[in-house]
Amino acid sequence: MSEILRLEKVSKAFGGVTAVNEVSFALEEGEIVGLIGPNGAGKTTLVNLITGVHPLSGGRVVFAGQDVSRQKPYEAARRGLARTFQIVQPFPEMTVVENVAAGALFGGGLRTRQAASEEARRELAFVGLDHVADTPAASLTLPNRKRLELAKSLAMRPKVLLLDEVNAGLNAAEIDGALELIRKIAKRGITIVIIEHLMKVVLSISQRILVLHHGELIAGGPPREVLEDERVIEAYLGAKFAARIKAEGMHA
Amino acid sequence: MTSGLLGRLPAGALGYALCALWIALLAASPLTGDNYLVRIAVMISMFSAMALSWNFIGGFTGYPSFSTAAFFGLGCYVGAIAQRNGLPLFAAWALATLFVAAFAALLGLIILRLKGHYFAIGSIAIVEVTRLLVSSWGSVTGGGDGLNVPLMQGSPGAVAAQVLYAMLGVLLVAFAATLAVQRGRLGFGLRCIHQNEDAADMVGVDTTRFKIAAYTLSALFCGTVGAIYASWVGYIDPTDSFSILLTIKVPVMALLGGPGTAIGPVLGAGVFVLLEEFFWANFLQWNRAILGGIIVFLIFFLPGGLLKIDYRRFYRRAAERRAAGKAAA
Amino acid sequence: MDIPQIIANGIVLGALYACIAVGFSLVWGVLNVINMLHGSFIILGGYLAYFAWAHLGLYPILVLPVVALIVFALGYLLQYLFINKVVTAPVLTTLTLTFGLDMILYNLMTVYFTATPRRVTLDVGSLELAGVFMPVDRLIGMGLALLLTGLLYLVMRASTIGRAIVAVRMDRQAAALMGIRVNRIYAITFGIGALMAGAAGTVFAMVFPVTTNLTGSFLGKAFVVCVIGGLGSVPGALVGGLALGLIESFAGFLFGPQHAITVGFLLMLLLLLVRPTGLIGVKGYE
Repeated sequence: MSEILRLEKVSKAFGGVTAVNEVSFALEEGEIVGLIGPNGAGKTTLVNLITGVHPLSGGRVVFAGQDVSRQKPYEAARRGLARTFQIVQPFPEMTVVENVAAGALFGGGLRTRQAASEEARRELAFVGLDHVADTPAASLTLPNRKRLELAKSLAMRPKVLLLDEVNAGLNAAEIDGALELIRKIAKRGITIVIIEHLMKVVLSISQRILVLHHGELIAGGPPREVLEDERVIEAYLGAKFAARIKAEGMHA
Repeated sequence: MTSGLLGRLPAGALGYALCALWIALLAASPLTGDNYLVRIAVMISMFSAMALSWNFIGGFTGYPSFSTAAFFGLGCYVGAIAQRNGLPLFAAWALATLFVAAFAALLGLIILRLKGHYFAIGSIAIVEVTRLLVSSWGSVTGGGDGLNVPLMQGSPGAVAAQVLYAMLGVLLVAFAATLAVQRGRLGFGLRCIHQNEDAADMVGVDTTRFKIAAYTLSALFCGTVGAIYASWVGYIDPTDSFSILLTIKVPVMALLGGPGTAIGPVLGAGVFVLLEEFFWANFLQWNRAILGGIIVFLIFFLPGGLLKIDYRRFYRRAAERRAAGKAAA
Repeated sequence: MDIPQIIANGIVLGALYACIAVGFSLVWGVLNVINMLHGSFIILGGYLAYFAWAHLGLYPILVLPVVALIVFALGYLLQYLFINKVVTAPVLTTLTLTFGLDMILYNLMTVYFTATPRRVTLDVGSLELAGVFMPVDRLIGMGLALLLTGLLYLVMRASTIGRAIVAVRMDRQAAALMGIRVNRIYAITFGIGALMAGAAGTVFAMVFPVTTNLTGSFLGKAFVVCVIGGLGSVPGALVGGLALGLIESFAGFLFGPQHAITVGFLLMLLLLLVRPTGLIGVKGYE
């Protein structure tokens, strides 16, 4: 395995407020990594920094050996850095297949609209949306909209896929379906970062977990290790609960 | 019967056939020898070309651009000044086209960073600024006194026909460009921008370049048409060339027909010019109020334009009513 | 001309501009509608004041409240009957609609009032103070303009209606949940915008001739003032108005009067790109 994406001391300040502070990590090709942190920890900001939505205040983003710190979002998309949005962003009046074809045509670099359409139908079959391919995107249910976002991103032929809260708003059964799909995507060799604020959702699927708190990376490693990290416990479960766990540990 | 026939034709074919027939009718107007009819045909072709132009930025991309009069006016002036400096007719028209296109591309680089209301206000301000600059740059533009443009050679009838074919030419090129854009990558990208600009950016659409392309296309044909217009009327002045009325009339035409389609702007321009002509002739004093009334009607009763009306439903309703009438009798 | 005179001219003009723009700014800020009728509302106010003076011998200051109320009623009705129905539509729709309505109002005015420039001539002489020369009617105009703008500020800050308008501007849905009838507030806001235009027109008729040919140029001033000062706030319109008055006054002196307006527009375009929220503006809608 080789390195695909590396962040070096990436920082972002809005006005005087530091949203992301000197975050560094690297992703290996084909990994599934969970990026977790409570609401307001700076997760979405970090995704925006990686994909060029916001300019960096400091640090570097290196993608496939290339410094991409100053890229625009469309350049990120064409390079193979795809993302989904926390709040789904379809083209509401286009059909589902057109939505995905947009990804194939512009991000995936396909030449013709015909080829893009064919590619789109393949991706729709992959995520299980082929039966609604010709309906308007606005008419989809929430779980299906999330799948549409995935299909759109996949059509861009990404090397890295950043999934921003794909499970938000889904019930337990729907989350299981989504996780199943994410595993399928990973088998295609795509590096996946799952951004979540609920730790339990990513535990089962991630090979590695990164924890963001107040804009800083406070822990990183295999799920089991991270679970036992004191700072993580404190950030998630509150000091009291953390103390109790600690006390229980002493009694044991 | 009628509806059955309509159902069997490939989608849109009827529209294109009618459109071709309409353009042939316009082209045939000099045969009547009636100069008034030819003048109307010229106006229709001219406004169709401008409405098609506006459609690139306003219809496909969904940016509320009101800079049409700036492009038209600049086209008038560049064409006129070029001709006064000895450039032949066609060269002057070509120069005006290129100048306006370059102007729009540069302007687009700046103004397309604005969105929504700010973009609308900015695009109107462009019309004001160009008008004010042209009227105050008296040494070149003749200022508020206007400019005389060298008259075209030939009898009035021959000149009118020549102007008509020039305008029709622009209309056809604009129409072909619309079809090409609509079916190609550019049009698809513009539609994405229209529906969700952030998402378009995220799927890899270079939104800045696409928007500039649309804005330039929205200017290009207006520039040509402006230069032809200047040669036709022989005299231009800033108030007439950079009129706020023109800048709103053109989008209204596209909205009337059906924005974001190829046939809509042509249909809308035709209907609008004919209505306007009719009201000018019959209600001179009230013509502006009547046009205002049309706009209000359009906004409330034809939100998608004439093309979006479900004519078959009308037909079915009428049939039902007839059947009901028979049953009652 | 020397500097104090230029500044004095600029401030007088600026106060009038603020009064012209404040209603337009309110409507844009609260309803998110670019009201193309605004110029015609101003002229309507000016004409009504002129006719009251010419035919009934009433002074503009006396009829101002009546004129303002008439234009308020017109604005309220137009909003209630037409604009409310599409108030959430994109700018292309609302702008085009108000432009269509403006064409009707404009036509009515040219037919019934004709486009002849009309002015209320008060003949109150002029003042000279420390070398600065100023006709008294302009001073009165400035005083009235500032008074009206100040009054609107008070209404927005202190009255129940004003608070409700501010609430709707900040969050339409939350305001609705709090029991505010949003559509009614919209109509009142539009009415107040029209009222301010009518009042400004009355003031203008005392100082300059008014004619329907000026509707576009008044509207243009409102655009520029709003962009310079920022949207939807009274202090913003005041700052924008005074800034534009001073800019035009100085530009007229430096480059000649025919370039004064151009400079104002160019500055507006520049500001749109650099700082679309205006000099002291709150962030408006996109």
